[in-house]
Amino acid sequence: MNPIITVSNLSKTYAGGFQALKNINLEIRDGEIFALLGPNGAGKTTLISTICGLVNPTGGSVSVAGHDIITDYRAARALIGLVPQELTTDAFETVWATVSFSRGLFGKRPDRAHTEKVLKQLSLWDKKDNRIITLSGGMKRRVMIAKALSHEPQILFLDEPSAGVDVELRREMWAVVRALRASGVTIILTTHYIQEAQEMADRIGVINYGEIVLVEEKAELMRKLGRKRLIVDLQKKLDAIPAELSGNGLEMADEGRQLVYTYDTQADRTGITALLKALNEAGIRVKDLNTTQSSLEEIFVDLVKKRA
Amino acid sequence: MNFPAVKAIYLFEMARFKRTLWQSLVSPVVSTALYFVVFGSAIGSRITEIDGISYGAFIVPGLIMLNLLMHSIANASFGIYFPKFTGTIYEIMSAPISVFEIVLGYVGAAATKTMILGLVILATAGLFVPLHIAHPFWMMLFLVLTSITFSLFGFIIGIWADNFEKLQIIPLLVVTPLVFLGGSFYSINMLPPVWQTVTLFNPVLYLISGFRWSFYEIADVSVGVSLAMISFFLALFLFVVWWMFKTGYRLKT
Repeated sequence: MNPIITVSNLSKTYAGGFQALKNINLEIRDGEIFALLGPNGAGKTTLISTICGLVNPTGGSVSVAGHDIITDYRAARALIGLVPQELTTDAFETVWATVSFSRGLFGKRPDRAHTEKVLKQLSLWDKKDNRIITLSGGMKRRVMIAKALSHEPQILFLDEPSAGVDVELRREMWAVVRALRASGVTIILTTHYIQEAQEMADRIGVINYGEIVLVEEKAELMRKLGRKRLIVDLQKKLDAIPAELSGNGLEMADEGRQLVYTYDTQADRTGITALLKALNEAGIRVKDLNTTQSSLEEIFVDLVKKRA
Repeated sequence: MNFPAVKAIYLFEMARFKRTLWQSLVSPVVSTALYFVVFGSAIGSRITEIDGISYGAFIVPGLIMLNLLMHSIANASFGIYFPKFTGTIYEIMSAPISVFEIVLGYVGAAATKTMILGLVILATAGLFVPLHIAHPFWMMLFLVLTSITFSLFGFIIGIWADNFEKLQIIPLLVVTPLVFLGGSFYSINMLPPVWQTVTLFNPVLYLISGFRWSFYEIADVSVGVSLAMISFFLALFLFVVWWMFKTGYRLKT
């Protein structure tokens, strides 16, 4: 698939000497949802801000649909909608006025039908004449999304969209994002909630200390991560794994009070039945059973720790 | 040229003006009236006339100039400082819009407000003293050029300021003294020779002098010099704004 954004050798060193981005190379595919994952201070916002023109890069280049973000900034920026992390709104304006303002700023003639559609999609229609200062935090977030969508962008950046957002709004937001994707819009979101990336993204990139440490198809990543662990709580503490169970790849945990069995959920036979039978035959009494799935979170923590 | 963007910024700023129309216009009108009461009636009764013009009428151009300078700076600096302060400037900075277009929107709106204010004060003055405008075209030219030039200056201050104090400090500590010492309320011929020379270094003198000439054909310096000075400031401020956006000074990191 063609990349819609190409980031080449991008680096950013702030005036204080802090290197926020180190030689980033990244391609965003046309029409995908790309989740950029990383801990606080990893460089997520700096990367987005650089692509959107808010931060001057120190080195490297970015092109958006073939337009360089510096030499051909008009064409590049016209394609982009940005929802920043901070809730910054024109407090004294009405919702309708501020969204119309954004559309004009991005060079589009007023289009009441489109603005109405966006406001309705984000459940803001009945608030259109309210001043922003009177809205709740969640509503303000919606206004910011509406502003970003006002000029029908091809690419939407969502910087930490779920920060301070309740469950209902999050669901609504994801519905909007999915609808946008269905209409061909490319979406790049940053988050430090792994679940969000897992739920939404087509591809996932992990950034840490200003470096891209991993870019992978989500499905591929999940397949790699598709291992589960069965934790068996025992009635009685074991000193060692009995010889008759040693062939099952068991590990002891919690000082012999637990046995841990790792298996592949994708496999035809998980070996659980055999294990339980073997436990029974060995006379080991079971108190409780638990399964846990290795998640993005684990690989993420792993990756981030490795680099630390 | 991104016309919809220029229009959006311009109308946005003008909408803010309309919301605060009352305080935007009433307070300058009231303060102008006060100047006429104090300077025109109380002091003017002792200084009967300057260069053949009654004192009340003499101060009108200076008074309008004082308001043009103060309000163009205040309007334009606040217009760009406020989005910086609230953070909404991210949208301007990420929009497909050039420096020139941003300046056209913000400075255009600030200058428009200032011109409206200048004309309102002129009309107010007309209620107190008989007005005579010898060269209406030149009067309007000076009004427009001053409004634009000092809106640009205000825009620069708004970008430079990183707190509300800084927003006030240049108008209060630099511009106000320059206006008062620049011959708003007197002719520099009334000063001792040394101070006349010192005053020639005050840029505001040239603005007031040229503006007054368009009313009464009396001037401290020649009108050509006045025009050259204001053109120089216009060019200087344009250059500073261009440099600020080019380097991202106080706007980008």
